[in-house]
Amino acid sequence: MSLAFQEIQETIRMIQMEKLDIRTVTMGISLHDCIDPDQEAMRRRVYEKITGAAAELKKTADKTADEYGIPIVNKRISITPAAELLGHSSVDDAVKLAHTLDQAAEALGVDFIGGFSAMIHKGETKGDRVLMDALPRALSETQRVCGSVSTASTKSGINMDGVRRLGSIIKEASERTADQDGLACAKFVVFCNPAEDNPFMAGAFHGTGEQEVVLNVGVSGPGVVLHALRRYPDADLGEVADVIKRTAFKITRAGELIGREVASRLNVPFGIMDLSLAPTNAMNDSVAEILEEIGLERVGTHGTIAALALMNDAVKKGGAMASSYVGGLSGAFIPVSEDNGMIKGIEDNSLTLSKLEAMTCVCSVGLDMIAVNGDTPADSIAGMIADEMAIGMINKKTTAVRVIPVPGRSEGDMVEFGGLLGRAPVMGMNPYSSSRMMERGGRIPAPLQSLIN
Amino acid sequence: MSRNRAVVSVVGKDKVGIISSVTTSLADQNVNILDISQTILQDFFTMMMLIELPEDRPQEDIEKALQQTAETIGVKIDIQREELFQSMHRI
Repeated sequence: MSLAFQEIQETIRMIQMEKLDIRTVTMGISLHDCIDPDQEAMRRRVYEKITGAAAELKKTADKTADEYGIPIVNKRISITPAAELLGHSSVDDAVKLAHTLDQAAEALGVDFIGGFSAMIHKGETKGDRVLMDALPRALSETQRVCGSVSTASTKSGINMDGVRRLGSIIKEASERTADQDGLACAKFVVFCNPAEDNPFMAGAFHGTGEQEVVLNVGVSGPGVVLHALRRYPDADLGEVADVIKRTAFKITRAGELIGREVASRLNVPFGIMDLSLAPTNAMNDSVAEILEEIGLERVGTHGTIAALALMNDAVKKGGAMASSYVGGLSGAFIPVSEDNGMIKGIEDNSLTLSKLEAMTCVCSVGLDMIAVNGDTPADSIAGMIADEMAIGMINKKTTAVRVIPVPGRSEGDMVEFGGLLGRAPVMGMNPYSSSRMMERGGRIPAPLQSLIN
Repeated sequence: MSRNRAVVSVVGKDKVGIISSVTTSLADQNVNILDISQTILQDFFTMMMLIELPEDRPQEDIEKALQQTAETIGVKIDIQREELFQSMHRI
């Protein structure tokens, strides 16, 4: 069937005026065959495997983007959680491996490489411990390496010893990059129920259930959804959901087409489509502004969670119809520093940390890119992580914490991280201590929800 | 659906000779035009063309030629593979 003039115009408008883009193509690469007790040999193998598998990634993605006239903003790589490689390594070896990953990413011209990661939701192996000890240095000494640690799952409960350690690790990583306002923490995320095929950073890694090499795609388009809603100012909420659903469908179809095309040109299997609404600091490319368009005077006010739940669900429904392989995190992201509407909400005292926490119950993923007072105690950060882990564990969903204690800054200051990471107002934490709970340590048992067999 | 079709969109301030310049440029590149629709909206010229990409010529050559034409006559020209539009608007 031939295309109508209006349909062609709609697509062009979405791309040129409303910032429809493919947010990322992320190549997942298994590093299991690189494991070697000889550390130098292992690093060489890792470098060769990554630069070999992804040699054409950037060129092919750029060429495809050009031919289809739709931008692919980021080219990324995710790897086997590095802790699985570090069983015979020292902390110094682990830091060197992070440098190797950084060099490979730079040589390939990719934006980020994710997977300096460990899965400790039940407990820690030798490799996990080495990776965690190396994390503050690895994150602060490299440019493109992203890390994540899974400390909880619905099936296993919450590893509270791990959660407590991570509070200190986050503080140390921040202090090591004090001259950049704690930037290292922007490349690190703590997960509950992580997705093994998530293409988005900082939490991308290539899970154990994955194949040798795979290509996952993340599309985005808060701007497209926002503009679509503006055309229906008087629609009731059922119709609002329908508009979002139809828009998400189109966005996802575009992403799937491009993803499959890049994968086929690279001769790599296509993995999943992650249909997350990921905001950027560009004008009108904001999730908060969608919520405000639905009818909130300012994001954070009463009704915010209902509006977010509606939007998140409609995005998934539209996307699920458009692609057979929906995966990753799929929903709406609410990274504070990357969303002008969220920043304004905080500046106007409408959006608070508690409200953000509550919002994570109904959307992917969690407390994301939150700047807090530099003098926040490590145990308070651990407490914040524990809360978020509990939300994910009980609700059988992915939750995450990417928090940046900014050295020397306090509530009300504005911090610039630059580029895609944006800027964030520093938020105050609850002044009362969580230490006694953290000192108890141990593992919070898996909830009744896990007993489904 | 043919895999080597593309949509050429031309947008700019209306003036004499836009269609002529664009189609001449395409003919020079051995490009066959399958469909054209055009409208003027508040002095703005908008044209969409469906073209067949010749097998012996890479898309970037055609794109380069069209960009030159775009600069000469002062309009914006984009070329995008047709599958993108098909996948977004057809099930």
